[in-house]
Amino acid sequence: MSLDISFIGILIGSIMASSVPLILAASGELITERSGVLNLGVEGMMIIGAISGFALMVITDNLFIAIVGSMLSGVIISLIFGFLTQSLLTNHVATGLALTIFGIGLSAMLGKNFVGIPGKEFPILFSSLKESIPFFGPILFGHSIVLYFAFALPFLTNYFLKKTKLGLIVRAVGDSPVSASNQGINVILVRYCCILYGGAMCGLAGAYLSLIYTPQWIENMTAGRGWIALALVVFATWSPIKVLIGALIFGGITILQLHMQAIGFRIPVQFLSALPYLMTIIVLVVISRDSRKIKLNTPTSLGRIFYKEK
Amino acid sequence: MYKNFFRYLISAIFLLGFSVNSNADFKVGFVYVGPTGDHGWTFQHHEGRNAVEAAGIKTTFVESVPEGADAERVIRQLAQSGHDLIFTTSFGYMDPTNKVAKDFPNVKFEHATGYKREHSNVSTYSARFYEGRTLLGHIAGKMTKTNTIGYIASFPIPEVIRGINAMTLAAQKVNPNIKTKIVWVFTWYDPGKEAEAAQALIDQGADVIMQHTDSTAPVQTAEKAGVWSFGQASDMQRFAPKSILTSIIDDWAPYYVERAIAARDGTWRQQDTWHGLKEGMVAMGPYNSAMGADLVKEVEQLQKDLASGKVHSFTGPIYDQKGNILVAEGKVADDGMLAGMSVYVKGVEGDIPK
Repeated sequence: MSLDISFIGILIGSIMASSVPLILAASGELITERSGVLNLGVEGMMIIGAISGFALMVITDNLFIAIVGSMLSGVIISLIFGFLTQSLLTNHVATGLALTIFGIGLSAMLGKNFVGIPGKEFPILFSSLKESIPFFGPILFGHSIVLYFAFALPFLTNYFLKKTKLGLIVRAVGDSPVSASNQGINVILVRYCCILYGGAMCGLAGAYLSLIYTPQWIENMTAGRGWIALALVVFATWSPIKVLIGALIFGGITILQLHMQAIGFRIPVQFLSALPYLMTIIVLVVISRDSRKIKLNTPTSLGRIFYKEK
Repeated sequence: MYKNFFRYLISAIFLLGFSVNSNADFKVGFVYVGPTGDHGWTFQHHEGRNAVEAAGIKTTFVESVPEGADAERVIRQLAQSGHDLIFTTSFGYMDPTNKVAKDFPNVKFEHATGYKREHSNVSTYSARFYEGRTLLGHIAGKMTKTNTIGYIASFPIPEVIRGINAMTLAAQKVNPNIKTKIVWVFTWYDPGKEAEAAQALIDQGADVIMQHTDSTAPVQTAEKAGVWSFGQASDMQRFAPKSILTSIIDDWAPYYVERAIAARDGTWRQQDTWHGLKEGMVAMGPYNSAMGADLVKEVEQLQKDLASGKVHSFTGPIYDQKGNILVAEGKVADDGMLAGMSVYVKGVEGDIPK
């Protein structure tokens, strides 16, 4: 009963659902980092997105406004980070950490009146196909629109960075802001845009948790997922496709180890709990050991302050 | 931190106004493991704190304090800043509480769910949650169709193991074919992970879900999947109105008020409190009508019998997983054994993580 084919389909479906916040946040942060900015505020931006999305859903009763609003809230809070690091030239690491602490505190304060309100059912697409097709049904269908977007995002990001002029500009700014600036590129403007985009994706990742995955608001509900997304970007050596793989492995093993416990495998539970972290690191290190490629993808000026001499 | 700052400010203003009253600077501090908005464990302690405030005693609280080095720092800070009585409300605060208590003999400490009282200014208190688990087990045994009960467990400490055992024994009594499947999540509070654990148990055939974690995510997952569940620590009914059969509610308020007043009036003495259904520290939420009138009546009777002492959750014969006898026929487990419980009873699947 526990390992038949249709059950595996359901399992893969739930693994995909659990990876979505990691994919969204990591893809957003990846663009920010490729422009040379290290924003450690992912957790803070996610939790702000989570409370904004939930609060707007309660107030307006409109899920579309809630989703867009959560992205906007991510943009607004990342604008603070952008202003501090790009205009006032503060240290990226310190400012990012402050952003996370600020986000967690602010969300708890804003969320006081939204605790204990049950969430709303988020519409899922193709729910009839999910039931009628065995195995592939639960994998391909019956998900929210945000999940489909999340799974397209790494490919879009890859295309953007490799094949478009704008993507080239982002990479140039991240690798050598001085030369990019000499070429006439407005480095600060490009970095602002990348920071705000990262904020929007983190906001959406948070809203996925509070509106779709566990539809409710509880304080600190992101529970460290922002930090995992950050780590994924580094271990995936700034490659969008590897971010997707890493997120799926992490989500997959997290869920698999719970199932293994429920089935009754006699493996030490502590080991099972550590497994998602171990496996994700091992796999990503193995698939990205080509040092030439790492050099190609690593934004050389990551975390360094750039200012234009006048 | 701002919260505390404003509290200090307010109490400072009060002090200026009413400095005649010698009790005006009596302050009680609370340390919480989760956020006050968890709607579970910490929420109920916070309700207790509100009752102390309502009784006219100044309080402060610090929330989401991790169990470990941070806890000692926070407790010490509360002791240093003039708190006279400090409630530390999670098992993992046991050693930090005793450590700080040694350095502040004039401050009184109350540690929840622990067993170490190394200094005369440390009391411990807990609730006999296992009595509630017995009721849940009885209901679960009657309601399950798959004979599989899913249990989301946090950490392998006696408190959690006692709950698993009490529930299993009661379920076996009404349904000998019962199986208890356990998933350890190693967190008190992570809604996403708790939801995933609930889903894993449901996928493995559990049609009744029980939790020893603090968020409302498992009951919501159960509601979505159309299986039964129970609220934990507070009444979670509105989060899963169809799925929740009842909730175990922790009511700390009377105890907190009593101890705060005793400390203020100088009658506070060290003690070890373990109250249950009888004293009302453990209460039950409303029973779901889906249980049927007969079962509700049965459970209400059992609740009365547990409260009066006519029935005990751990009445022999009780065997461990290997079939060794733990409690002999006709005997009941004493409090010492309950407090240190570290083996599963027969019928629970799997091993306890070491």
